Amino acid sequence: MSWRDLPPGGMIVEPGNSVARRTGDWRVFKPVIDQDRCTRCLICWMYCPDGVIGIIDKPYKTSSGRVWSFSLYIDYDYCKGCGICAEECPLKAIELVEEVK
Amino acid sequence: MKAVVGEVRQVRVMLNSNYAVAYAVRDVDVDVIAAYPITPQTGVVEKLAEMIASGELDAEMIHVESEHSAISAVIGASAAGARVFTATSSQGLELMHEVLHIASGMRLPIVMSVATRALSAPINIWCDYSDLMNVRDSSWITFIASTAQEVYDTVVEAYMVAEDPRVLLPVIVAYDGFWMSHTYEPLYVPEDSSYVRSLVPRRGRIVLDPEKPVTMGSLVGPDWYFEIKYQQVEAMREAYNVIREYDSVIYKAFGRVYEPIETYKLDDAEVGILTYGGIYGSLQEAVDRLRLKGYKVGAIRLRLWRPFPVDDLYRAVRGLSALIVVDRAISYGASVAGPVALEVIGALHRRGGGPDVVSFVAGIGGRAVTESDFEGMFETYVKLGRRAVEAGTLYWGVRGVEYG
Repeated sequence: MSWRDLPPGGMIVEPGNSVARRTGDWRVFKPVIDQDRCTRCLICWMYCPDGVIGIIDKPYKTSSGRVWSFSLYIDYDYCKGCGICAEECPLKAIELVEEVK
Repeated sequence: MKAVVGEVRQVRVMLNSNYAVAYAVRDVDVDVIAAYPITPQTGVVEKLAEMIASGELDAEMIHVESEHSAISAVIGASAAGARVFTATSSQGLELMHEVLHIASGMRLPIVMSVATRALSAPINIWCDYSDLMNVRDSSWITFIASTAQEVYDTVVEAYMVAEDPRVLLPVIVAYDGFWMSHTYEPLYVPEDSSYVRSLVPRRGRIVLDPEKPVTMGSLVGPDWYFEIKYQQVEAMREAYNVIREYDSVIYKAFGRVYEPIETYKLDDAEVGILTYGGIYGSLQEAVDRLRLKGYKVGAIRLRLWRPFPVDDLYRAVRGLSALIVVDRAISYGASVAGPVALEVIGALHRRGGGPDVVSFVAGIGGRAVTESDFEGMFETYVKLGRRAVEAGTLYWGVRGVEYG
């Protein structure tokens, strides 16, 4: 592919193509949900500016015996690690873990 | 009223260059105008506002709080498919600076007129070309007109060039602040503006459209940015050929000849004097006077600044022994401080050979450059000879600076 093959000015003429690029790869801290402490209040789901917190149809039974009909899940392909979810979580059930290995 | 040669019937009117811009913008039927007042440009948008208020022009006038916003507003409108216009001068052009690169990088066919003016500080509202020369690397096609007639014709041509799918770059049409912006001249304009609209038909291009979404001005990393900027290099190169095509269209329509490099009494000349803008008339007069004194001298005018007409210039000047370039801007600390002189040297170097180039800077901050000044600069060159070349740049008329 050469400069000739690009739309003028690098315009993106194919809408909805952001799924083709994983934008989570510059994350420094990764939010990890403690499914046991989480009360499914969905505050993180509302606050996430990137919409990467998903509600998945997967029941969960806590160590104290409470059964939730669903779980919360973070799409790490697009999560940028901003930490808003961890900040807002009233139960401190989201921990930011450094990505560096 | 008398029609001049050309396809369309024209009427003779009396306009200053600011109003000549406004007439052309009206005649090409722009959709959106955004501008912020600044002397000496203000007359352009005042006249356009009047035309909109009277119903003569059906366009949207966006009132903005700065030139940065003015250019940003026309970028948005142009991206959405509108034919747009803005105008500015001096500090206003500098305030637009970062956005100028966005306009060209997004390949939007914006047309802007610039009534050239000195830069602060010290504050000075009069003419020189410091503002225009500062934006030479912003990838805007740039014409410098010398008469109100040429201003009118070039604004029409600017829309043809900018919107051509082979180009899609913004265009500046510049002319002297005050010397031209506020000086009335007779010129011919088409009697029927619908004829002008037919010269500049609406062409399809990729625009912001909810039915067919696109993203403009997105982030591009080191992997592809260079290729996208290279597209601009090629578009600017191609713009030269496209401009020459539209020079012919303008000739056929209006009967007036425009060339990137215009010459006067140059055929048998040994020394040429090159300048741009409204002082070209004084230069021609000076050439007549110098010829009466027995000097074989001719005049050259640069009309097209970007893309720079390397071959046209070379063809015109290759036989001369010396070429005096009179700039009205200073590139402080440069090897040669006259921006056009420096460009001319680059062009001649590229072709190999050609005359010695002598750089003069004159007319800074609106100081008049008369026939006598051109004669004086020429005679200073005659006195100094090769030393005038070695000087780098000669500053004409500065109290306390003497040559010889």
